[in-house]
Amino acid sequence: MNTQDSSFQTDALIAEDIDAYLDQHQHKSLLRFITCGSVDDGKSTLIGRLLYDSKMIFEDQLTALESDSKKVGTQGDEIDFALLVDGLAAEREQGITIDVAYRFFTTEKRKFIVADTPGHEQYTRNMVTGASTADLAVILVDARKGVLEQTRRHSFLVHLLGIKHLVLAVNKMDLVDYNQARFEEILADYSQFAEQIGIEGFTAIPISGFKGDNITAAPSANTPWYNGPSLIQHLETVELANTAAQERSFRMPVQWVNRPNLDFRGFTGLIASGTIKPGDKVRIVPAGKTSTVKSILTFDGELDEAVAGQSVTITLADEVDCSRGDVIAAADNPPEASDQFETTLVWMDEAALKPGRAYWLKIGSQMVSATIAEPKYEICINRFEHLAAKTLELNGIGVAELRTDRPITFESYETSRALGGFILIDKFTNATVGAGMLHFSLRRAQNVHWQPTTITRDDHSGLKNQRPRVLWFTGLSGSGKSTIANEVEKRLALMNRHTFLLDGDNVRHGLNKDLGFTEADRIENIRRIGEVAKLMTDAGLIVMTAFISPFRAERQMVREMMPEGEFIEIFVDTPLEVAEQRDVKGLYKKARDGELKNFTGIDSPYEAPENPEIRVNTVEMTIEEAADHIIAAILPLK
Amino acid sequence: MKSLTHLERLEAESIHIFREVVAETEKPVMLYSVGKDSSVMLHLARKAFYPAPPPFPMLHVASGWDFQALLDHRDKTVKEYDLDLIVAENEHAEEQGINPFDTGSALYSQAQLTDPLKAALTKHGFDAAFGGGRRDEEKARAKERVFSFRTASHRWDPKNQRPELWNLYNTKKADDESIRVFPISNWTELDIWQYIALEKIDIVPLYMSQKRPTVERDGMLLVVDDDRFRLEPGEEPVERSVRFRTLGCYPLTGATESNATDMNLIIQEMLLATGSERKGRAIDKGQSASMEDKKQEGYF
Repeated sequence: MNTQDSSFQTDALIAEDIDAYLDQHQHKSLLRFITCGSVDDGKSTLIGRLLYDSKMIFEDQLTALESDSKKVGTQGDEIDFALLVDGLAAEREQGITIDVAYRFFTTEKRKFIVADTPGHEQYTRNMVTGASTADLAVILVDARKGVLEQTRRHSFLVHLLGIKHLVLAVNKMDLVDYNQARFEEILADYSQFAEQIGIEGFTAIPISGFKGDNITAAPSANTPWYNGPSLIQHLETVELANTAAQERSFRMPVQWVNRPNLDFRGFTGLIASGTIKPGDKVRIVPAGKTSTVKSILTFDGELDEAVAGQSVTITLADEVDCSRGDVIAAADNPPEASDQFETTLVWMDEAALKPGRAYWLKIGSQMVSATIAEPKYEICINRFEHLAAKTLELNGIGVAELRTDRPITFESYETSRALGGFILIDKFTNATVGAGMLHFSLRRAQNVHWQPTTITRDDHSGLKNQRPRVLWFTGLSGSGKSTIANEVEKRLALMNRHTFLLDGDNVRHGLNKDLGFTEADRIENIRRIGEVAKLMTDAGLIVMTAFISPFRAERQMVREMMPEGEFIEIFVDTPLEVAEQRDVKGLYKKARDGELKNFTGIDSPYEAPENPEIRVNTVEMTIEEAADHIIAAILPLK
Repeated sequence: MKSLTHLERLEAESIHIFREVVAETEKPVMLYSVGKDSSVMLHLARKAFYPAPPPFPMLHVASGWDFQALLDHRDKTVKEYDLDLIVAENEHAEEQGINPFDTGSALYSQAQLTDPLKAALTKHGFDAAFGGGRRDEEKARAKERVFSFRTASHRWDPKNQRPELWNLYNTKKADDESIRVFPISNWTELDIWQYIALEKIDIVPLYMSQKRPTVERDGMLLVVDDDRFRLEPGEEPVERSVRFRTLGCYPLTGATESNATDMNLIIQEMLLATGSERKGRAIDKGQSASMEDKKQEGYF
């Protein structure tokens, strides 16, 4: 195997017969991989070497590289390949996020996309991002140092993200005199660890990124004892995830429905798994309707077959309801739907996870509202221990239950990245705050069904001759919420309306007496009140709630529980100085004296409503005027 | 079992991105510079929505100094595919005294390209704009997101980029924000040329070698595209067989001498080239640097 035949392009063929060369290169496949390791492990040198060997570096760049190598390189007069990828100091100073860089090179057989993630403090978030699209991971180890804590951490993360192909590249073999015993010692060490965390297999290759040993051809003259493939040979032949996905059942999340005219309705999407042919029976999930594939349409004509990894447009034989968010699946083996799951979460935002808060969850083409329970545990990625946790901070990884506001179609992440991987989005900052992997649905969701009742919501409200609503009073402690709500309820009673006032302090005496005043407890407090208010509106009542409810996200969560137009947010807009001066219950004084923690306005924030339905100003209005104003705004009551 | 080629995989990814934007944003637009990358983008967009035409307009920022052949190609393409074209330009360039000969390059690209682009985006209320940026273009580009967010004043906050996992793109944004989307992020220059050859995509003839009137200035070959070109004392246009690797304003874009008259010969020339795509630009300092670079800095 020791032919130095390059896997890389041959100038001779390009010069002699460009047509033959192009024909050959139009049939290459694509492999995405990630490299893990710190600068010291020689990661940049290795990537630089791959770019260099694949002629992705031109003469002008090489001239610059040679002169830089002499000036600032660490390899004496020889070329310092690391400068090709590390020459980014200026960028760092400019403050561009250094997280994941994507680089490209190509050989005779494959094109490669390399996700390169620096091993600094943000490595978890970055590595998870880079690993999410990779088929393979190259874990670099310095032959002199062996398996380090960092090696284990990186391996754990790529394994967590479901990467099936692992390469243990034992680098800098030149610095240990290409010693076989040293290589085997590292191999044994790593095998033991790999087994411990459930890695099923890996390929170990002794290399020198700097000298080029076992990079393109193997064995190198320096390692006659090695009888495996070179790094490139391995990368060129490893099975692609995309090919493996074709063997599973057909699934295509519907991205967009193409309706250019009344005669055509095509369902577009990227096929997640399986293959499809005209005439195949399919099921639209979650609805469950079946139909038959009429055609697979592309710009280049109709296809006889389409496979995982292709973006296509499918037409069906029947007029079935199907839109973005639905999944078209093999009729005999469709995926399940559920609304409660066990998940592993990776937190990616400066602001920690807030258990109970509603986030947007995007999975495939589905976007739903989701809440996450307090983590069952956090995983310490240095020692793989399970730690007790109330939340997850930036770069934290944990296992937690997750609930969506409606059932979503899914497969376990272990089966399908496309239907098991999700991102979480903050509803106010719109930032991507986390990513996660669904493991399985919790049985209780499947077995608890909504009990249909004969007397409906409309019957209840019809009997009471009113339209149910929630008048949600929000504002600082002492702003006048309870007083005004009480006044409004008195007037509604005089108008023969059926009402109920849920007051903050009263609810905390009973339903919510197990809750404290931490952020997580406050969120849960509001969630329960929202659910109670919703049941009361189902009973036909006009509900008034008087709670500080300081966070926009939770008020929004309650708003989304209610039918459109039934949630009326009333902002009792009293400045902090005024509320503090009133201090009816003496709470502000206690908070200022430090006796009361997490007090809204003092050491816990109040997020004022941006567009409340009603705003009352208690400095300019009397209680009666405020109540009048609210009643006028909610008329008619029926 | 079917093994997809790298170009099929790249195509599928780009089509997925196009559809995702159309499904999740209100009013997208495609920045159409008429160059090779734009031509590939347009081809992918036509594939993504076939049999419907792309459900968004094309926006071309015309500097007033574009090659005539480029404008002809643009108009021909728009007509042939029945596209909706919007042309943005600085209508006051002449009275402001802005031209590529006298105006400094920073001010020139700001006034002729960046500002008209921003004005057009604001005027039409586009909330997403497709651009042809590729990650292989330079090191800094390698970490550009596929979805890149802009404030109401079209500013970019590089410290606040969103992580992109799997093929899940977060398109949520405030009402006054907009998104720049790069569907061909993962394509390399070689992929672009191979795809153009394979799919027989019609591109501006300026990429092919042809006899053109040229002058040599500061080590660059400039094509005298019309009689507004200001000849310096002693300069006399000479016919040379030249072509372009990138296209910008004609008085600022260097041509290369070449005999590549068809697509395969262009690719051959590129593969055997010893200089990078930017070599011509590296020696052109400041004033004369290629406009394509500046466009992208300004645009993105």
